[in-house]
Amino acid sequence: MIELDQSIVRQEEATAKEVELESVIDVKDLSFYYGQTQALYNIDMKIYKNRVTSIIGPSGCGKSTMLRCFNRMNDLIEGTRVEGQILLNEKNIYEKDIDPVRLRRHIGMVFQQPNPFPKSIFDNVAYGPRMFGTHNREKLQEISEISLKKAALWNEVKDRLHKSALSLSGGQQQRLCIARAIAVEPEVILMDEPASALDPIATTFIEDLIDELKKNYTVVIVTHNMQQAGRVGDYTAFFLNGYMEEFDTTEKLFLNPASKKTADYISGRFG
Amino acid sequence: MSEMQLTMNESKGTVLSSSEAKDNIKKEKVKGIIFQIMCVIAALFGIVSLGALLMYVIYEAAGWLDWQFISSSPSRFAEKAGVLPPLVGSSFVIALVALFSLPLGVGSAIYLEEYSKQSYLRRFIEINIANLAGVPSIVYGLLGLGLFVSTFNLPHGIVLVGAFTLTLRVLPIVIVSSQEAIKAVPDLQRHASLGLGATRWQMIRTVVLPEAMPGVLTGTIIALANAMGETAPLIMIGAATTMFTPPHGIMSSFSALPLQIYAWSDFPQSEFQHGVTPAAIVVLLVIILSLNGIAIYARNKFYQRNRQK
Repeated sequence: MIELDQSIVRQEEATAKEVELESVIDVKDLSFYYGQTQALYNIDMKIYKNRVTSIIGPSGCGKSTMLRCFNRMNDLIEGTRVEGQILLNEKNIYEKDIDPVRLRRHIGMVFQQPNPFPKSIFDNVAYGPRMFGTHNREKLQEISEISLKKAALWNEVKDRLHKSALSLSGGQQQRLCIARAIAVEPEVILMDEPASALDPIATTFIEDLIDELKKNYTVVIVTHNMQQAGRVGDYTAFFLNGYMEEFDTTEKLFLNPASKKTADYISGRFG
Repeated sequence: MSEMQLTMNESKGTVLSSSEAKDNIKKEKVKGIIFQIMCVIAALFGIVSLGALLMYVIYEAAGWLDWQFISSSPSRFAEKAGVLPPLVGSSFVIALVALFSLPLGVGSAIYLEEYSKQSYLRRFIEINIANLAGVPSIVYGLLGLGLFVSTFNLPHGIVLVGAFTLTLRVLPIVIVSSQEAIKAVPDLQRHASLGLGATRWQMIRTVVLPEAMPGVLTGTIIALANAMGETAPLIMIGAATTMFTPPHGIMSSFSALPLQIYAWSDFPQSEFQHGVTPAAIVVLLVIILSLNGIAIYARNKFYQRNRQK
């Protein structure tokens, strides 16, 4: 067993507390297919409210696919098929009467590559609320300010809200994307390797931000960086070849993994 | 490392001596320079030809191109001849072509790129549109005659029929260049928009179209500039070679610059051959080159604006 520095692992309360935690998303026996190829096999997991859940695993294990199942972004790819259920607040999001557009207003997403629109910083953050019908100038300005503050970007951009978003640095652009996602007040924020395109300092910023965000939102983050999962996640899921090998509190998964494959991955024997 | 060692190291499997290797490199370099010169000549060829044409035409037109020329009507007398009616006719028709072809062309491109799924039908449509862009324009003239004049019973030689016919001519080009502009918008932008809970149409309207617009407009303006010089289709649908008054409505008869130029080039008097006709050609060229210039300028400006404010 590798020696993990206790300080980099989230100090979590005793596992018994799990029982008290509210689960926002419940994945039940989920299988996912790209055409004929199966990418996910019978996944069962819970995402707990106001906690950060990390999904780790080697390349191609299905973690990004899993993430995109939560907000039905996989629907955009032709030929995909889902079996099983994903319950958001007890309602299956893959039911016929669920509109993915409305779903995505509850579950937001931040992508690996920062992708602000080639518009002004203000127009980026106000984009979501505008799509929903908010056109009142003061309201939009208020929402933008709040969101930019929550994303720890306000002080850096408050004097140049009407400059192009593309004039920001990579780390700032990513925080802008987070502010943009927050502006629609989602319940859950999905993050697909949000810091992998950023330098180490910007990465630390983002990780601290995620820590703050979980006070108001639930976060699910996919990362290929194990140390990051250890730093940031309250819960960690280890995916391998489309199966969820293990899911537990980060402390338990890293210090005392139940599965040998998990232990091998964490100790760097593969992946 | 000495030359000798260098050659021996790099020619482990070959039998070149050091002087043969040096010669070889020299020969290749010379071939490279010759090739480069040939490429430069090829590039200059086009520019020099165009320059020579422009210079010849402008030289001949000097003295004939003045305000009176632009504001008068054609006449048997060279000094009185003017280009106003065909100028208005061409401009009017092209403006209508722009009005018709933009929504139709961009709409088709949006449908093909954003709404339709990959299928044999879609592939079939795309191939046909690409082929249509290469059909000779006289065929469009025949189509216009058969469809608008014979079948729809519109009068021939009127502005509306000219505009419809040229719209058909220009449409495939507008569709293809709009498609390219839309394809160039990165998927990451689309996903960002949809991920925030936008509907498909909202995404197209607020993200795809604004980013694609410069490319769409550039392609369209260039196509319109070309259409300005179209002669055969307009002859087929019955446009006049010479009109003495400019068209006053979409149902008026009209004439167009290329047609008038063609008519004047038949007049034997040297004032027409070496004065009036070149002057009219200059007018046409100025319009076409300005349109192209606007398209390129606008595209550059948008490109800069989108990349860094």
